[in-house]
Amino acid sequence: MKIDWASLGSVFGVSLVITVALVALFTLGIMGLSRRERAAAQGDSATLAVTGAYACFAACAAAVAYGISLIVA
Amino acid sequence: MESFSLILAIVVVTALAFDFTNGFHDTANAMATTISTGALKPKVAVAMSAVLNLVGAFLSVEVANTISKGLVDETGIRPEVIFAALVGAILWNLVTWLVGLPSSSSHALMGGLIGATIASAGVGAVHGDVLVTKVLIPAIAAPIVAGLAAMLATRLSYTLGKKADGKAAAKGYRTGQIASAGLVSLAHGTNDAQKTMGIITLALVAGGAVAPDSDPPMWVILSAGLAIALGTYLGGWRIIRTMGKGLTDLQPQQGFAAQTSAATVILASSHLGFSLSTTHSVSGSVMGAGLGRKGGVVRWSTATRMFVAWGLTLPAAALVAAIAEYVTGFGSWGTALVAVFLIASSAAIWKISRREVIDHTNVVDVPEEPAGVVTTAIAAVTPPPTGTITEDLTATIAAPVAEPAPPATTSV
Repeated sequence: MKIDWASLGSVFGVSLVITVALVALFTLGIMGLSRRERAAAQGDSATLAVTGAYACFAACAAAVAYGISLIVA
Repeated sequence: MESFSLILAIVVVTALAFDFTNGFHDTANAMATTISTGALKPKVAVAMSAVLNLVGAFLSVEVANTISKGLVDETGIRPEVIFAALVGAILWNLVTWLVGLPSSSSHALMGGLIGATIASAGVGAVHGDVLVTKVLIPAIAAPIVAGLAAMLATRLSYTLGKKADGKAAAKGYRTGQIASAGLVSLAHGTNDAQKTMGIITLALVAGGAVAPDSDPPMWVILSAGLAIALGTYLGGWRIIRTMGKGLTDLQPQQGFAAQTSAATVILASSHLGFSLSTTHSVSGSVMGAGLGRKGGVVRWSTATRMFVAWGLTLPAAALVAAIAEYVTGFGSWGTALVAVFLIASSAAIWKISRREVIDHTNVVDVPEEPAGVVTTAIAAVTPPPTGTITEDLTATIAAPVAEPAPPATTSV
């Protein structure tokens, strides 16, 4: 009996890293948007936070696109 | 298709029936968290999942080909064996749906094939080591991998996102959940609809209706895609309730972390060559997300029942398939008997399920939940937001006709 520990290990590692990274990015993006909401309530703007937020969301969208390309391939 | 025999037609219909049960059994995988956190309305969620399953079915025929080409020796397989395997798998799917437990449709199918093969060719025809490496280890590994990832992600999301609040955060988590649930649906369509296509093609090859080594015919792709989409749309509400509410209580952040972890694990595993079951990954990630929140609880009694169901999936489907294969061995009347038994027991299971109907209207209310009662009471007292006023109006108009009960309690 041969169990492919190497590929199981890589599935484990890759899943862990990608999940945590994606959720972190997404949370950062949401924080950026919340900051804009708070700033807007006080009449300020939060350009840096918003730019960062959209960069985070773009990275997440890229990950989703890569996921779709994996499904299609 | 000159030699399209009756048994072949029966196998095709049974395979499509399995595909249908597969669809409604696995709706929960993609949509349970989305529905229970309220990111999408139940009907909208299953409709979206159905469409993506259908799209996924057309994306590639790679999985279908690995089943129909080379995995099994076509010369040794008779359509009756496949029929018996499908009977075992369908019945197991229906029984687990009735008790509302998520279990792997692929394992049920594999168990069915193993049981039917044993009955037809003896125990020697099954490779025990393949069973361990392809079934046992993945079944243990999937929930651990997905659960750990979801737990860490949830924890991180709560630590990082302390200052994430307000409308922007709610909208954001909602969008994120919908995106990751869509990804799971799409992956499910490409994987599971194709399993049925592979089975049908295998039967067609075995019955001599299609040349060996050919791709699935167009009508097979279309009907398999439609069957799984229809099953998905009808929704296995019992399983959705268990997964979305029964295992743990999910907040939007947790739902997002769980669904992202599940999508990642499913895609990573199928592309790094260590296939993990969708159902096991999603259940694991839901529990992981439950553990990741401070004060979050996992209902281990429900989880234990689910684990027991996972352990029973393969032997139970195998046993039914073996008996079915034995009976079909008596000739045409044996096959007819098995077909009648399948239809009768499916009808009986459906009949039992009507005693306590769970559908899109009550999928998110768990009766014995004190917190749920409080929330519905609060919802009934506080003035509704502008969006739901129409609903409230119809309820008020309808009230004198029926019992004058408050709208919140009608669904319980």
